[in-house]
Amino acid sequence: MELFSKKNKETFLSPLWLNNPVAVQVLGICSALAVTSKLEPALVMGLSVTIIVAFANVVISLLRNTIPNRIRIIVQLVVVAALVTIVSQVLKAFAYDVSVQLSVYVGLIITNCILMGRLEAFAMTNKPWDSFLDGLGSGLGYALILVIVGFFRELLGSGTLLNFQIIPECLYDCGYMNNGLMVLPPMALIIVACVIWFQRAKNPDLQEKSN
Amino acid sequence: MNTNSNSYTIIYASIMVVIVAFLLAFVSSSLKGRQDKNVELDKMKQILTSLNVSDAEKADAESAYRKYVVADQIIDLNGNVIAQNGGFAIESKKIDNQLPLYVCKVDGETKYVAPLYGAGLWGPIWGYISFNSDKRTVYGTYFSHEGETPGLGAEIATAKFQSRFPGKVLQENGTVKVSVVKNGKVVDSSYEVDGISGGTITSKGVDKMLHDCLSKYANFFNK
Repeated sequence: MELFSKKNKETFLSPLWLNNPVAVQVLGICSALAVTSKLEPALVMGLSVTIIVAFANVVISLLRNTIPNRIRIIVQLVVVAALVTIVSQVLKAFAYDVSVQLSVYVGLIITNCILMGRLEAFAMTNKPWDSFLDGLGSGLGYALILVIVGFFRELLGSGTLLNFQIIPECLYDCGYMNNGLMVLPPMALIIVACVIWFQRAKNPDLQEKSN
Repeated sequence: MNTNSNSYTIIYASIMVVIVAFLLAFVSSSLKGRQDKNVELDKMKQILTSLNVSDAEKADAESAYRKYVVADQIIDLNGNVIAQNGGFAIESKKIDNQLPLYVCKVDGETKYVAPLYGAGLWGPIWGYISFNSDKRTVYGTYFSHEGETPGLGAEIATAKFQSRFPGKVLQENGTVKVSVVKNGKVVDSSYEVDGISGGTITSKGVDKMLHDCLSKYANFFNK
C-alpha cells in the first residue's frame, strides 16, 4: 500500500476546496459563526477540530469492524467526547495558557457536525490511514473557511489582525470608522455566503442544475 | 461473529463504557496535581497584572508573587484583620463574610489588592483591583471572562480597557465611586470609565461587579 497514492492525495485535498465541509457540504456553520469575530479564536478552533477529527477518524476506523450497527452513533460520540476531554485535561496540565484561550470552544468541538459527518461517512468504511488523511483534510478545509471569515471580520470590524493594529491611526483621524456590524454574527453568514458564491462562480460543476 | 445480535451490542456497550470511564478517571486523577498548580500560578499572574507588574517578571509568577505580595490577609466585614495569611486559598466566587485582601509592596509603596467576581453577558467575569495605601485611588486592574463575545465583551480582558482605570477615585467615605458607564457617556472622568462600544451588557457587568465586591470592603476603607 502506498502512503501517498493518487486516491489518498485526493482524499486529503478534495475537502480543502472542491468538497469543502463548510462551503460545499454546509456542515459546521454554527461554529463558523460563533468563533470568527477575531482571527485568533478562529485559528485555534480550526486547529483543534483538525486534530480531533483526524484522531477520532483513526480510532473509529480501527474499531469499524467491531462496532454494532445499531449503536454506532453512540460509539462515535463516546469516542469523540472521550478524546476531547482527554485533550482538554492534558492541555490544562501542560499548556495552561492555550487551554485558557480555548475555554468554551473545547466543548463546542464535540458538537461539531463535521466530526460526526466524517466518522459516519468515511471512517466507518475505510482503513485507518485513509481515514486519518480524510480527517486532516476535512479539518483543514474547515479551518480555511474559518480563517477567511475571521480575517475579514477582524480587519473590518476591529481594524486589527491577531490583535495587532493594521488600519493606521491617521485613517481614523480622517473619519474612518470600524464597521460594528462585522463583529456581529450576521456578517459571518454573509461572508461565508460570499465565499460560496466565489467558489461556485469559479467551479461551474458545483452549481446546482436548474430544471 | 454476528455484530448485530442483542447480546453482542449490550456487551460491547458495557465494555466500552467501563474502559472509557477508567481512562478518563485515570487521566483526570494523574494530571490533577499539575492542573491545580497551573491554576494557582495563573491566579498569582492575575494579581500581579493588577499591580501593573511587567510581563517579563510575570514569567516566573511564583517568585514575583513572593517579591511583591507581603501578606494575603483575611478581613471581616467590619474591616478587622482576622488572619494574616490564607486569603489566597479563598476562591473569588465563594467570598462571603471573609474577604481576602492582599497587602503588597511596589517600589517601596504599600498597595492593596481585592478580588472581584461577577456576571457578564454569557458567563462569569472576574478580576482583581489594586489601590493605593490611602485607599482612595485605583492603582491597576485585571479583568477576565469565561465566554464573552470576542471583539465586544471580551475586550474587558485587554490592556486597552484595563488601562482606563488607574488614577480613578476608588471610593469616598466607604461609597464605591469607580464605575463603568456606557461607551461615550462619561460625565465625570475622575471616577467614570468609558465602557466598551457594542459590549454594553458586559461593561455593565464590570460596573456591578466593582460595586458589589468593593462595597463589602466599605468598613475597611473607612478605617
